[in-house]
Amino acid sequence: MNQTTEHPGPSAGSSAWIALRAGFVFIVLCGIAYPLLCTGLAQWFMPGQANGSLIRDASGQTVGSELIGQSFADPRYFQGRVSSIDYKAEASGSNNYGPSNPDLLKRTQDSIEAWKQANPGVPISELPIDLITNSGSGLDPHISPESAAVQVPRIARLTGIAEDDLRKLVDKHTEGRDLGLFGEPRVNVLKLNLDLKSLLTE
Amino acid sequence: MGILQIFVVLTILMLLVKPVGTYVYHVYSNEPNRTDRIFGWLERLIYLLIGLKNRAGMTWRRYALSFLLTNIVLVAIGYLLLRIQSALPMNPNGIGDMEETLSFNTIASFMTNTNLQHYSGETGLSYFAQMAVIMMMMFTSAATGFSVAIAFVRGLTSKGKTIGNFFEDFVKSHTRIFFPAAIVVTLLLVALQVPQTLDPTLTVTSLEGAAQRIAIGPVASLEAIKHLGTNGGGFFGANSAHPFENPNGLTNVIEILSMWVLPASLPYVYGRFAKNRKQGWVVFGAMLTLFLAFLTIAYTSELRGNPAINAMGIDASQGSMEGKEVRFGIAQSALFTTVTAAATTGTVNNMHDTLTPLGGLVPLAEMMLNVVFGGKGVGLVNMLMYAILGVFLCGLMVGRTPEFLGRKIEPKEMKLIAAAILMHPLIILAPTAIAFMTDLGKGAISNPGYHGITQVLYEYTSSAANNGSGFEGLADNTPFWNVTTGLVMLLGRYVSMIAMLAVAGSLVRKQWVPETIGTFRTDNKLFYAILIGTVLIIGALTFLPAIVLGPIAEHLTLG
Repeated sequence: MNQTTEHPGPSAGSSAWIALRAGFVFIVLCGIAYPLLCTGLAQWFMPGQANGSLIRDASGQTVGSELIGQSFADPRYFQGRVSSIDYKAEASGSNNYGPSNPDLLKRTQDSIEAWKQANPGVPISELPIDLITNSGSGLDPHISPESAAVQVPRIARLTGIAEDDLRKLVDKHTEGRDLGLFGEPRVNVLKLNLDLKSLLTE
Repeated sequence: MGILQIFVVLTILMLLVKPVGTYVYHVYSNEPNRTDRIFGWLERLIYLLIGLKNRAGMTWRRYALSFLLTNIVLVAIGYLLLRIQSALPMNPNGIGDMEETLSFNTIASFMTNTNLQHYSGETGLSYFAQMAVIMMMMFTSAATGFSVAIAFVRGLTSKGKTIGNFFEDFVKSHTRIFFPAAIVVTLLLVALQVPQTLDPTLTVTSLEGAAQRIAIGPVASLEAIKHLGTNGGGFFGANSAHPFENPNGLTNVIEILSMWVLPASLPYVYGRFAKNRKQGWVVFGAMLTLFLAFLTIAYTSELRGNPAINAMGIDASQGSMEGKEVRFGIAQSALFTTVTAAATTGTVNNMHDTLTPLGGLVPLAEMMLNVVFGGKGVGLVNMLMYAILGVFLCGLMVGRTPEFLGRKIEPKEMKLIAAAILMHPLIILAPTAIAFMTDLGKGAISNPGYHGITQVLYEYTSSAANNGSGFEGLADNTPFWNVTTGLVMLLGRYVSMIAMLAVAGSLVRKQWVPETIGTFRTDNKLFYAILIGTVLIIGALTFLPAIVLGPIAEHLTLG
């Protein structure tokens, strides 16, 4: 491009013709060849990850994806985060309440009241904020380790499992930051409840 | 720990700028180099297929015509494919055709590198449309933007009549940058659990025995080019907050760096073309300074949280977690938000509508300035536009003819630059005002009060800056919003691109003025300060009233 000589570039007509052909060529390259090549490589080398990281229970039944949260209505299980779509994973998202929206404040108040009913004896000053706020995706599979710990007294009371055993279970399922640095420590609620379920059925 | 992880990501970025910038420079300098042997065969094949025999340089008019024609062809085919997607293969979930105004909005959105989405991917697009329309435009729009930016830089830094061959730049952008990088990033993401499959939506029986349907698809390949091309449109409605798009802290960092490294290395590329690397570092330094200021506001504001919720007596030490994911927390969310608005990507890993008022002000202000790194090429072009404006203002103050890189800046260039700079606030503020005057516009607001003003303002700012993130509570899939934002996106993209190519075409023909002791230097600390000052004064003057009505008022009334 540092030449100063005058080359006649392509004419307007030939530019139009090239543009038309380029349109089709790049649809095939970017829109078909690229994703299919990626799918082939992913399915060949990493089928587990490429198919949604599904997890099975003790009997070999698929119970969900370790990346997608589930709704747990039974108070004997650890509860996940608030989800306006009730963890219906054919969609995703939240209500998008702005910080000053009265509906946000009402929903949060209601969550706190419900929490008090279900967890008498645990002061709300110990209730971590992630447990009563809607995740961005509505499908967050995690809660903070504090949010798991604060549910232990309730679950111990309802199931008769010793609090110490439950705490060990929570510790076992607490994942650190990635590479010890990126992201936040977290507990996968579905995996935790899978183990809890096998304790319950023993 | 929060600040440490941000610091580490910033350090990695800094280390990447020079090697990546050097590589990009060699791609477009058109001098023979070692990479020709690796990619030459593919490029020759593509040149043959598209019939490109004459790879001589083009005048700015021919360059602009070529990129417009290429975009028009892609728009036409893309629109058609969306309208008939139900009749095409690879539609295992039986998705219907897309409605007209929504198709127009979607095509305008992806061709302009905006990726504003008024549909939800899970329910609105077949796998074929996700691939042949969405992924295809993610490549081609990024390559278009990159090529135009490089052509602009050539115009500023070389002599002659031509500013490069668009088709050659366009092909090389794909073969030497986006294809190889996208394939590597895709495989990294799959290894870290992002799905890549053509199977339909899964149905599983949950732990409590209920049926759970889980949308899935070729996510990783979209995710890679979505960030590398600073596109930002998600496979799923929740975008990179969705655990399948962004499953952990490591994928979050990969996505941040993918969208950030190319825009951040462009100032360095510019310095190489200008044969004066300090020119590039001055621009980079100005961008980074603004970025760090914005990041600080976002991080501290989100960590402080929402006072109305904190007052309820719970343990709010994590910060404002509404609309955020536990695995990212405040640090990775605030960093992601600041980068996505800086790089005009528009991908989100938390819901911007739910940000605290000052946290939400950060992406809004970055898009209003539109010069903090910027998307594929656009940020550098805008910043250089401000640089020329800064030189012009200084020239007026001391009564000298302004010069930039050894060329006189004359009325013709200043008129074009003024038009391009004024276009941005015009296409944001005018439609915002129109939306507030009509029920069609007001009816979409989902959050009452001052926040509603921000919702509308954000939507048009995001469209004009070709960013594509949204305050997504806005009920924007209506003909009114589809058409108005579609037009804003098109104007925001093409008017400034054509104006800048015209400036390049005018500058490239000028005589070089020899540098003397009296020359106003543009590669030192003084100019760095002038550049930041010009950006802030123009931006603040234009947008301050609108910002006061929205986020500032909400912040002051939140208690």
